[in-house]
Amino acid sequence: MESLTKTRIWTYRVAFLAFVLISWELASGRIASEFFISRPSAIAEQFFAWVMSGTIFYHGAITLLQAVGGFLLGSVIGMCFGVWLGRAQLVAEVLDPFIMMFYSLPKVALAPLFVLWFGIGIDMKIYLTATIVFFLVFLNTYTGVRAVSREQVAILRLMGATERHVLFKVVLPSAITWVFTGLRLSVPYALIGSIVGELIASNRGLGYLLANSAGQFDTTGVFAALIGIMIMAFFLNATVKLLEIKAMPWRETNSSREMSI
Amino acid sequence: MTKHPDQAMTQSDNVTSPLIAFRNVGKQFIVKGEPLQAVHGIDLDVYEGEILTLVGPSGCGKSTLLNMAAGLFAPTEGEVFYRGSQVQPYNPAVGYMTQSDHLLPWRDVIGNIAIPLEIKGLSKSEISRRVEELMETVGLGGFGKSYPNQLSGGMRKRCALARLLAYDPETLLMDEPFAALDALLRMRMQIEIRDLCRRLNKTVMFVTHDLDEAVAIGDRCAVFTGRPGSIERIVDVPLAPDRNILHLRKDPDYRAITADLWEVLAPSIEQEL
Repeated sequence: MESLTKTRIWTYRVAFLAFVLISWELASGRIASEFFISRPSAIAEQFFAWVMSGTIFYHGAITLLQAVGGFLLGSVIGMCFGVWLGRAQLVAEVLDPFIMMFYSLPKVALAPLFVLWFGIGIDMKIYLTATIVFFLVFLNTYTGVRAVSREQVAILRLMGATERHVLFKVVLPSAITWVFTGLRLSVPYALIGSIVGELIASNRGLGYLLANSAGQFDTTGVFAALIGIMIMAFFLNATVKLLEIKAMPWRETNSSREMSI
Repeated sequence: MTKHPDQAMTQSDNVTSPLIAFRNVGKQFIVKGEPLQAVHGIDLDVYEGEILTLVGPSGCGKSTLLNMAAGLFAPTEGEVFYRGSQVQPYNPAVGYMTQSDHLLPWRDVIGNIAIPLEIKGLSKSEISRRVEELMETVGLGGFGKSYPNQLSGGMRKRCALARLLAYDPETLLMDEPFAALDALLRMRMQIEIRDLCRRLNKTVMFVTHDLDEAVAIGDRCAVFTGRPGSIERIVDVPLAPDRNILHLRKDPDYRAITADLWEVLAPSIEQEL
């Protein structure tokens, strides 16, 4: 019964995709100019050519390196600060308005400054990405640490727990759900940081491939680059999801248990 | 140490000194800027090895007393003593069990029971040996690898109980631990908890809003009323220490005492009608 619905859903999905692609293919050159919307077959051909020549892998690797590097750097620092401020109430109170001010600043607006500071190399994109990711992970970690159940802490205290015990046995594990929410939110933003950095100044990476194709009025190339970006985003998301399940095995069982309302 | 004497020990002839003593205790909270008197003028002695039940309508400050005995906060009036000295924050001699079990959802049963042992700094092998024992004691055998959200209400209680016993506090504070269980399961847990506490010679303060439960479990029973909460009456439960909780309903003494205490409780309910 359940697998049957699943098959049906997948059938519909494939049908929907086919419908979109075929309409696009047919519309191209008839309803809209091929110059602007290209056509799926041409895009696939271009993408395949890039795969065969390794172009997509070369540029993809650069973008991936920047996204992952920035993601790791930003999330590690974000977690540390989140835990620290979550525990140090006074510091958090003092810094709050400044953090919020900086948080509301669109981080990509910092890109020109970062170019000045770090040049147009890979490191500039890593720092830009890290800045974006930092805030998302920091705020979530902070909230998670603050949201720790006071009762659970009290119960551990009665058992004779020290500050360290409380931190490692209750605070951090219970904040991990929040941390992962932050991490999952950060994945698309890490790609944004990496690619915006490339759009602004670079000669490598998928963002460069995109900008370069657009610069040559090559719509097909633009779409092919976008597909490369989409595929990368998909795999990054899937990786974090997988890590999430590995890190929190108690949640996996949540959907399989009996429901009680 | 002997059990609390079966025959009447009233407030006045306390030959032994109490383990926990509340002396004219009051507690005021500030709720939304308004002072709120939770309890007032409480004088209460808890003796070593006895099970003292606190019964009364919800919101009459029974839990507040437990919190003060645990040192989670201090009274605003009067003093709370434990073994003759004033209770300090986080009284290490007590274990706390509440209605929601506060198990850590990211640890399986074994991990949850192990926490107090880890805090004590026992070795890995010692911990797993003790945990194994405790799971047998509370009847959790075979559930070691389950996470709390996979357990039934009763199983979660057993797990919380095992965790409590793991660090072996001499006094157990129980705040309506079985309130969320169904009637039959609740009776089973009552039997087991009374058995266990008597076997291990634990001193217990047991808060409940269920008069039947208070009488069934308690050696003595303190009836609370009103807001601010105060003790209306403290009685010795005239039932054998090795009473059979399953068959209490037929016991005339049980029926008489519950009827008696009900009359004490009734006015405070009438007031709110």
